[in-house]
Amino acid sequence: MNGTINALTRSLNVFHLAGSACNNCDIEILDALTPAYDLERFGITLVGSIRHADLLLVSGIFNRKAAIRAKEVLAQAPKPFLVVAIGGCPCTGLMFRDSYNWLRPPSDYMRIDAYVPGCPPKPEAIISAVVKVIEGLRSGALIPRCLQNDGTIPEDLAPGMADNA
Amino acid sequence: MSKRTIIPIGPYHALQEEPEFFKLHVEDETVVHLDIELGYNHRGIEKLSESKTFEETIFLVERICGICSTSHPIACVQAVEDAGCINVPERALFIRSAVGELERIHSHLLWLGLAGHFIGFNTIWMWAWRFREDVLNILELISGNRNHYGMMKPGGVRRDINRTDIPAVRKLLDGLQDPIKMFRDAVIQDPLIHARTKDVGILTREMAIAYGALGPTARASGYDIDVRRDHPHAAYAMLDFDVVTCENGDVFDKVVVRILEMFESIRIIQQCLDQLEKVGGPIDSNPKFVPAGEGIGHYEAPRGEVFHYIRSDGSNRPIRHKVRAPSFMNVPTNRETVLGATVADATIILAAVDPCYCCTERMAVAVDSHCGERLLDSRDLIRLSCEKTDRLMAQTGLCGPSLPNY
Amino acid sequence: MGKDHISKAVRKQLGKSVQGFWQKSDQRIYLDIEARALEQASHVMLDEFGARFQIATGVDTSAGIEVMYHWALDEEGCVVTLRILLDKTSPKLDSIALICPAAEWIEREMWELLGIHFDGHPDMRHLLLADDWPEGNYPMRRNHEATS
Repeated sequence: MNGTINALTRSLNVFHLAGSACNNCDIEILDALTPAYDLERFGITLVGSIRHADLLLVSGIFNRKAAIRAKEVLAQAPKPFLVVAIGGCPCTGLMFRDSYNWLRPPSDYMRIDAYVPGCPPKPEAIISAVVKVIEGLRSGALIPRCLQNDGTIPEDLAPGMADNA
Repeated sequence: MSKRTIIPIGPYHALQEEPEFFKLHVEDETVVHLDIELGYNHRGIEKLSESKTFEETIFLVERICGICSTSHPIACVQAVEDAGCINVPERALFIRSAVGELERIHSHLLWLGLAGHFIGFNTIWMWAWRFREDVLNILELISGNRNHYGMMKPGGVRRDINRTDIPAVRKLLDGLQDPIKMFRDAVIQDPLIHARTKDVGILTREMAIAYGALGPTARASGYDIDVRRDHPHAAYAMLDFDVVTCENGDVFDKVVVRILEMFESIRIIQQCLDQLEKVGGPIDSNPKFVPAGEGIGHYEAPRGEVFHYIRSDGSNRPIRHKVRAPSFMNVPTNRETVLGATVADATIILAAVDPCYCCTERMAVAVDSHCGERLLDSRDLIRLSCEKTDRLMAQTGLCGPSLPNY
Repeated sequence: MGKDHISKAVRKQLGKSVQGFWQKSDQRIYLDIEARALEQASHVMLDEFGARFQIATGVDTSAGIEVMYHWALDEEGCVVTLRILLDKTSPKLDSIALICPAAEWIEREMWELLGIHFDGHPDMRHLLLADDWPEGNYPMRRNHEATS
């Protein structure tokens, strides 16, 4: 296994990127660090800067304002990194899909490696997803999508506004 | 010459380097002005509600906020019931109050943990959230989910609290008494907590009234309002409880109000359980339609009054649904409370109104008032706050709240 | 009804500005007032009744843009709603933000979502929508199509 990818399978630095979330998923992510679940015993820690991140946990639908910022922020993450979408919102937009303030699903501009549906997913589900991703990396079944240049990220996130005018 | 700088207090979960929720303008170490910017969470829920049926919109409003996740549904169903003059069976009223008070306990514990974290006591954070898990387990027992319980519907509730589950709920409540007393004694009497929170971020009663402040933010300033007592709804008219108020309106008083309210919540839930063991009957009046009309529902969420207005034209969808969360009234009070504060105190002052966590997404930012350059983000501000606690510890020899080996 | 002393007192203070009223219940009173009476009515609610401003609701209706100001009388356990109907082509009201700071944010929201202009507002700018939101595009107007 590639050395840098190997590094992703150990003691992950996790960065939490929330966009227009109700915060239930965000709190369940933090719950995973509290004594009941205690992710830190696996060497997994929450970091405050995306520049130190190995794994991004993404929550919320990312409305217009948040989506444009998120794209800029993601550009700063050092490769390789993994993106895991937490909760139904970044997966499908859930019941906010028809909102006038929502442009496109996060999967359009974030290369997402795994989805954890739920509203919110329980901390066990979040931990299970992270474990599956690590196992996928170790077995070679999963290659971080940030390393795959499949040209699907749109340059312009704002065209949806024209539909509103 | 004093140097004016603006300090960004970025969020705990930062969208890094973004225009943040709060922009602090600072001269030397003192905050002289506060800008507040919203918009990163706006999902257009009121408009979306017009395309949902009355039952669907309950699920929509539940997701306005993850922590007040039953408060919005209760206010919403009450608005629909007010609009349609729909009755609610007595058993359902007790279930509504019980679930609402369980939410109040876990919300206040969540806030207590975050407040501890912001001033450098991570033990408080871990302990508070550990006991919060017990409350979430009970909510999962009752409703099937730790959060977003899906319990409310116009006309009643969707699930009963089974008599066989009541002993487990009572056991939880009994088990919470000692930990909350532990927090009360450790936090309220601790001189280091006093040093960090007393006379910090004062919101006067006059300002609380002028801004229409709500919930513990208002009650800590001596503004004695509580929707449960003033506009009885759910089962509150049939229950015995006290409304907790303080006088100074500082961060300390906001802590005290929230901790003592948890005892009241336990009292309320115990009374609801007593009634649920005696009162039988349906949990849903099963309304088949909502006649044309308009209604208002308001409920005392953990952060204060949640207000919903519904207008119906006799179809199965609202033609207008207004939602007002308590933070909409409480967050602007920060303009008063953070002025004159030091940078190190800014984080705890802004957090003290307990903005619905989705509002603390990107708490604050500071930029240089002369050149607009970003100086500090939220992590820096939390760090400054923790460093202040460390300095106080070194100066005084105090070591902070002592949480016994529980 | 037990609470008609409130609607009587409010109507007495507001005089001819009150164009209609409906006491739905002891807890819910609705009064229709003229737009130009808004500031005086707000003073009456704040100063005479010690009411708490809860929020304002704007509604786009076929008759015009309706704005409701919801006031809580906490000691009476009652909500008094003052309703104003504005012309849809040019909906305008006086801002009450300077006498009631609690109204400052909701007036900004009603401007950006419904296009109501508040004369004298101390800080009118976008509250929830991005600053580059197209001018004249008011999402809560009825003819606005949601993005899908």
